Amino acid sequence: MSGRIEKAFLRARKARRAAFIPYITAGDPVPARTVVLARALERAGADILELGVPFTDPIADGPTNQRAAERALAQGTSLTGVLGLVRELRFSSELPVVLFTYFNPVHAYGLARFAVDAAAAGVDGVLFTDVPVEEAGPAHEALRRVGVELVLLLAPTSTRERVKAVRKLAGSFVYFIARTGVTGARAALEEGLEEQVRLVRKLAKSRVAVGFGVSTPEQVARIARFADGVVVGSVLVDRIGELGDVPELPGEIEALARSFAVATRRR
Amino acid sequence: MKPVPDSRGYFGPYGGRFVPETLMAPLAELTAAWQESRRDRAFRRELAGLLATYCGRPTPISRAARLTQHLGGAQVFLKREDLCHTGAHKINNAVGQCLLARRMGKVRVIAETGAGQHGVAVATAAALFGLRCRVYMGTEDERRQALNVYRMKLLGAEVVGVDAGARTLKDAINESLRDWVTNLATTHYVLGSVLGPHPYPVMVREFQSVIGSEALLQIRSQHRSLPNLVVACVGGGSNAAGIFSAFVPHRQVELVGVEAGGRGTRLGEHAARFAGGSPGVLHGTRSYLLQDQDGQVVPTHSVSAGLDYPAVGPEHAFWHDSRRVSYVRVEDREALDAFHLLSELEGIVPALETAHAVAYVARVAPRMGSGQAVLVNLSGRGDKDVVEVARLEGVKL
Repeated sequence: MSGRIEKAFLRARKARRAAFIPYITAGDPVPARTVVLARALERAGADILELGVPFTDPIADGPTNQRAAERALAQGTSLTGVLGLVRELRFSSELPVVLFTYFNPVHAYGLARFAVDAAAAGVDGVLFTDVPVEEAGPAHEALRRVGVELVLLLAPTSTRERVKAVRKLAGSFVYFIARTGVTGARAALEEGLEEQVRLVRKLAKSRVAVGFGVSTPEQVARIARFADGVVVGSVLVDRIGELGDVPELPGEIEALARSFAVATRRR
Repeated sequence: MKPVPDSRGYFGPYGGRFVPETLMAPLAELTAAWQESRRDRAFRRELAGLLATYCGRPTPISRAARLTQHLGGAQVFLKREDLCHTGAHKINNAVGQCLLARRMGKVRVIAETGAGQHGVAVATAAALFGLRCRVYMGTEDERRQALNVYRMKLLGAEVVGVDAGARTLKDAINESLRDWVTNLATTHYVLGSVLGPHPYPVMVREFQSVIGSEALLQIRSQHRSLPNLVVACVGGGSNAAGIFSAFVPHRQVELVGVEAGGRGTRLGEHAARFAGGSPGVLHGTRSYLLQDQDGQVVPTHSVSAGLDYPAVGPEHAFWHDSRRVSYVRVEDREALDAFHLLSELEGIVPALETAHAVAYVARVAPRMGSGQAVLVNLSGRGDKDVVEVARLEGVKL
């Protein structure tokens, strides 16, 4: 195992911060921009990058990520292409990368071959949006063999038994869905989020990153007080969609991401 | 032998529960409530009562004498699901699931619809039980099934157009799953076919199995033996699963599912999953899927909105691989011919979906002996398609 994810959490903790985990969709607005955007996010203070693999039928995503996937697919982005982008990023960066993907592209690629190629490309972790722990055995086994982490999701609706089942397969962290629903910006955080995160951390015996709907620096600051990491996605993806492939795109995204990254400091 | 499906909802290598974590709890809740309701005599009695006094069951089997004569081969029998209240078999499942929704204390139901028949059925059952109802429908399907859109509204349902992807059934399911995951506490998702995560494929098949259990008794009494062949169209596959389930154990009965051949054999021109697809995961289940080499779901085409879907129920995939059921394709043109044929010879205007099954019968019955019998599941009536057929044939109404 590369240990890049583990190191990122340790570094953030030492700096009295929650890890900042931005999300973008690979290939959006064009594949040629993905590595540039990843470097911009790194400069802005990203500890881990969550990189979305576009899929035609993203049932866990709201309109923002759906449209980003459509843009990326229109540009010919495939899973093979995304692995190529990660390989390219690795020439210039050690930023840990977690692929955020639906199962079918990986199923079509072949799970075992995907695991080997993902590890070789420099992928650190894989999160499947539509593979709950009951179905995760084969993926966990394939990824474990090559030293890539499986990142599992937990939700406010997860039972204690499920949290414990996740514990057996989880790597450096679990991803806690901040509210029931799809991805996308939200005005308010759920009531009781802090208690849920504390409980999950205790039962799963794992670090907890919180995402889904986190869209303002104030929300990031609040979550950073009790979570090990904060995922910020839709607000960045929305901005990428508004701007499109313009020269100022990386600069704009870096500035926006920085406003979130600074909010991860625990005061 | 292992039970099918197993406790995780697998039919051999097909099925399962490939959904976001947030949906696992409501799926467990649904599975428990459904299992409990099956053991509850009061529930079973209430459902049977509604099927009889509200839906109009049992539906008869008609002997299609003029069609039989015209084809000059096997005797053709029609299981008349078109005579169900709302005009298709979809009401069997809609009433069952809405009854279950009420039992679970849900006040709102949502549904996807392609041809609009499932949407109408759910809107109907929701009105019957006083549940709020929202139906998602691709905007391309809203256009070709405008009559059903208005019917749903008349029944008090809210119809939401889905303007994403191919704007058809697949996209309506995406949107329904998103709604469900956001409104779990109040809402039950009434999935309309033998698709989706466990327990939907087995639960919907069971609600539809009334078709097959009636048909088995009826054909035995009317024809004095089992049919040689049972034919049904397969979109997601609920009407086919409903009628096949009773005949699967009778190995001497040949079972054929008819997929939409669309306008050609190239990927994107049809919805024939077994002819052009491969195993994949969509909408929570592993089954045959029309996809490209990157695992992206490809667009489908069929003249019939109800068959225009890139995946198929996992139990059909299991039946396909175990060769218990054969799957064939019928193209748009042949289905339209059968639409006219049945209308003119039997006075029954079939749904365009159903017309695919009739077309296959027209293909094979002439090659069979007059002592042989073919049973077709006449899954729905074609009133909803009249305007679209007229448009396709250049007839101004």
